[in-house]
Amino acid sequence: MRAHPSLLDALYRTHARRVQATLIRLLGDFELAEEAVQDAFAAAAQQWPVKGTPDNPQAWLIRTGYHCGINQIRQRSTARRRAHLLLPSEETQEFDDAAIQDDSLRLLFTCCHPSLSLEARLALTLREMCGLTTEQVASALLIKPSTVAQRIVRAKRKIRDAHIPYAVPASETLPQRLPDVLQIIYLVFNEGYSSSSGAAVVDISLTREALRLGEELAALLPQGEVFGLMALMLLTNARRDARQDNQGELVTLEAQDRGLWHQAEICTGIEWLEHALALTPVGFYTLQASIAAVHAQALRPEHTDWARIVRLYDALCRSYPSPVLTLNRAVAVAMHDSPATGLSLLDELAHHPQLSRYYLLHAAQADLLRRQGKSDAARDAYQKALTLTTQDPEKRFLISKLAEL
Amino acid sequence: MKYAALVYYQEQLINAMSEQAWHDLNQECIAGVERLSAQGNYLAGEALQSIDTATTVRVRNGETVITDGPFAETKEQLAGFYLLEARDLNEALQLASRIPPARLGSIEVRPIRELPPKTQPGESS
Repeated sequence: MRAHPSLLDALYRTHARRVQATLIRLLGDFELAEEAVQDAFAAAAQQWPVKGTPDNPQAWLIRTGYHCGINQIRQRSTARRRAHLLLPSEETQEFDDAAIQDDSLRLLFTCCHPSLSLEARLALTLREMCGLTTEQVASALLIKPSTVAQRIVRAKRKIRDAHIPYAVPASETLPQRLPDVLQIIYLVFNEGYSSSSGAAVVDISLTREALRLGEELAALLPQGEVFGLMALMLLTNARRDARQDNQGELVTLEAQDRGLWHQAEICTGIEWLEHALALTPVGFYTLQASIAAVHAQALRPEHTDWARIVRLYDALCRSYPSPVLTLNRAVAVAMHDSPATGLSLLDELAHHPQLSRYYLLHAAQADLLRRQGKSDAARDAYQKALTLTTQDPEKRFLISKLAEL
Repeated sequence: MKYAALVYYQEQLINAMSEQAWHDLNQECIAGVERLSAQGNYLAGEALQSIDTATTVRVRNGETVITDGPFAETKEQLAGFYLLEARDLNEALQLASRIPPARLGSIEVRPIRELPPKTQPGESS
């Protein structure tokens, strides 16, 4: 088989990330591995058209990249007269398929290591796991390319200097470290989901990248919470076309045109959720996804099984206590029981230091007061909420609610 | 009596130093340790890498919380230190999480820095 430039492009897209993940392990250095990947593909472009494409292109690329990297190390160590530098020897390296498969997972856990800042983890994951360029990461996150580059350089320096291992955590620490990875994937998703309103910024879809990462993780690490996160992302993403009106204004779940929800994605999301629920213990993302599923399965807002949603929030608040979840639970209670019950729960929360200045608390109070027909009190609460948010879409939403009173 | 002498400085001062000044400071420290050892006053000591390499471990409600950077609570006072041998940062963090005061305050984990080799008089850096 002759290698054409287009074939090489396709191979680059499918293999470059995996080859790099393996070369980071074999060479023990991010930068060196990046150069080695480029060298390996350059060698392929030269040799394959003449000698034909090898039977296992990925193995060829890894082996070639490895030798390029070793040569680099030799040259550098001679240049710096560092004869003591230990070279990884080929005999002791694992080139087998199982080890190579795990390299993606090693890379993901390294990029999401909690000793790196959240910003650095996000940039590093998009750059290394999703293969985005620094410019693409910058435009997707709406920050300057130089800022992204600096975050990545610092993160790589810390990985090297603090000896963050290139490893999947041991099974006893895995349950503790998995949430860090899930958090980053969910963050990538939310960055994409919440910014998709902006002027169709770039053709980089962070929601797509997050779903791809989630799927890859689910294949490598089939755990309930990974499935739960996939379900949550799919069930949320299914509502993307209904969450804004033609003017780009936010539309509440209750007011959304449910005909715009993507049923195929809802079905896939529910399948993931069923896999997640079959495994115990049921965790944070699985519970959130279960709530999203209740909404997704209600053909009309008034068919929503609020009793079930309240039970799910009870479970969430028990295991993952947070003021925001307590707020959401109060709203669910109001929908299930009565606005008055919800309001009394919200009153208790109003004194919480983290919530008293949270616009959604006041917006929720306003909404329940409106449902009770107490327009004046609702107006005051909406006004209060308005002073507490700086986000334009939220402000416009609150103003439109005020106008409806 | 045994005493711990804890070294503090602003890293900016070090970052602004010339290569030569940094080299001289390191050599001065090496000579200082030799003098203390000869006098019988030196028990142990290590230089640390920059705060960029720091990670903080806390244990709250039985759960280990790992954050990037040095300890942030200026209300907390230094109470002691452990010198740990660990395979990598993951193991170091796991060991640190079992230090009992991790439940009360925070444990900052930072790799030590190897001092450069001692240079002979007349040898350049």
